[in-house]
Amino acid sequence: MSGFGRGLLTGLKVTLRSLTQRSVTAHYPDALPELPPRSRGVIALMEENCTVCMLCARECPAWCIYIDSHKESEPPATPGGRERSRNMLDRFAIDFSLCMYCSICIEVCPFDALHWSPEFEYADIDIRELTHEKDRLQEWMWTVPPPPALDPGAPEPKEVGTAEKATARLLAASADEEEAGA
Amino acid sequence: MIDWWVLALRMVVVVAAFLVLPLLVGQAEHKVMAHMQSRVGPMYAGGFHGWAQLVADGVKFVQKESLVPAAADQSVFRLAPAVALLPYLVVLLVIPIGPGMSSSLFNPTLFFALAVMSVGVLGSLMAGWSSANKFSLLGGLRVAAQLMSYELPLVLAAVSAAMAAGTLSLDGIVLAWTPWWLLWQLPALVVFFVAGLAELQRPPFDMPVADAEIIFGPYTEYSGIRFALFLLAEYAGIVVLAALTTVLFLGGWHGPLPNQLGWLWTLGKTGAVSLLVIWARVAYPRLREDQLQKVAWTGLVPVALAQLAVTTVGVVAT
Repeated sequence: MSGFGRGLLTGLKVTLRSLTQRSVTAHYPDALPELPPRSRGVIALMEENCTVCMLCARECPAWCIYIDSHKESEPPATPGGRERSRNMLDRFAIDFSLCMYCSICIEVCPFDALHWSPEFEYADIDIRELTHEKDRLQEWMWTVPPPPALDPGAPEPKEVGTAEKATARLLAASADEEEAGA
Repeated sequence: MIDWWVLALRMVVVVAAFLVLPLLVGQAEHKVMAHMQSRVGPMYAGGFHGWAQLVADGVKFVQKESLVPAAADQSVFRLAPAVALLPYLVVLLVIPIGPGMSSSLFNPTLFFALAVMSVGVLGSLMAGWSSANKFSLLGGLRVAAQLMSYELPLVLAAVSAAMAAGTLSLDGIVLAWTPWWLLWQLPALVVFFVAGLAELQRPPFDMPVADAEIIFGPYTEYSGIRFALFLLAEYAGIVVLAALTTVLFLGGWHGPLPNQLGWLWTLGKTGAVSLLVIWARVAYPRLREDQLQKVAWTGLVPVALAQLAVTTVGVVAT
């Protein structure tokens, strides 16, 4: 009987406390959720950066990236030079019914043509509608947030060190020139 | 003799209250239970925090097809929701809500209220028996077992109040009430409330509709408007139980300015007890069938009998 009473009191206490606190419900369609940084909503494509190297399509474990391209030749830059051939992107599509959001394509892209966007509201009633072509992927590019700031105490990215060294070298070179000129 | 105009007016008021109060309790259950569970409950119906959720539910139930199983006992099956619902309407008729605002039809209104209130349970029994469904039958028999064991402590607790007041009239009981009752009738109050919960098959005493065991008990085969009537009967039962608890043990219209605000006091206390009914549902899990019987026979009945003895001594001594 004591267990009965104590359980009842605990139940009454817990429910009363919940009653006085704010509920934890996410009011999703009325209020958009606050997503954490680097949320994997959808893959956006910066078409201008794509060189049709096919790395993403080949690395994709789900084989959900479709790329079509053709080659175009450009006239030689100097007279008598060789014609340059250039890959032109015809089709870039990602089938999000197959995509497993592993982020390998984004990691592997050497030219930063693929980015994670936090947009997630692209559900559809037909599974075939989930294959999105490059114009749609390009639209999502405008929703890609700037990369979040580094954690305090994190090591500097090596690009910063490289850039600093290059600037120092340039400065030194220009100083030498001035000395030589003077 | 009887003033027929007053009676007619009272009928209209009671029917209006019968249509409004259960819905208020139901809506309160939606919202209060949700917040007790850190949810928000209905938010859309009616625009503002889902205030019209039960209206929307009612419209939905009316639109649905009301099936009667082919093997069911047709007439009993059709009659059961009415038997479950109407007694509570009749009981509301004799609840005194304020001084001088009660029926003068007859005197032993407590006896009348208890007798009629138990009829409501028969609706569930009829539903369980006539549905031609094993789960319904099990649920119906659980209802019967529950009625048998909890009617006794309910009546004993009510008798304690009647003895303390020296009358079987609900008005007389409220008139005789003093704040002392909160102390020396406290065991009776607790027994009456708990037994009333069990009588209404409210959680934690809802074994007749235990959905994990017997689907929805006696109401398994019901759909559409008949099912809605059963749900309405549950909420009407809460209102009636809360009102009876208020009148018997919490002093009805007693409070500041009883002559002007008496009805408000009765309604307020009824609302508070209804909230307690909802709170009990959220706070405690469903008892097992044998635990249910044990609580009644080894817990409530001895307490009620002891209270009866105390009340007898108290009445005789003073």
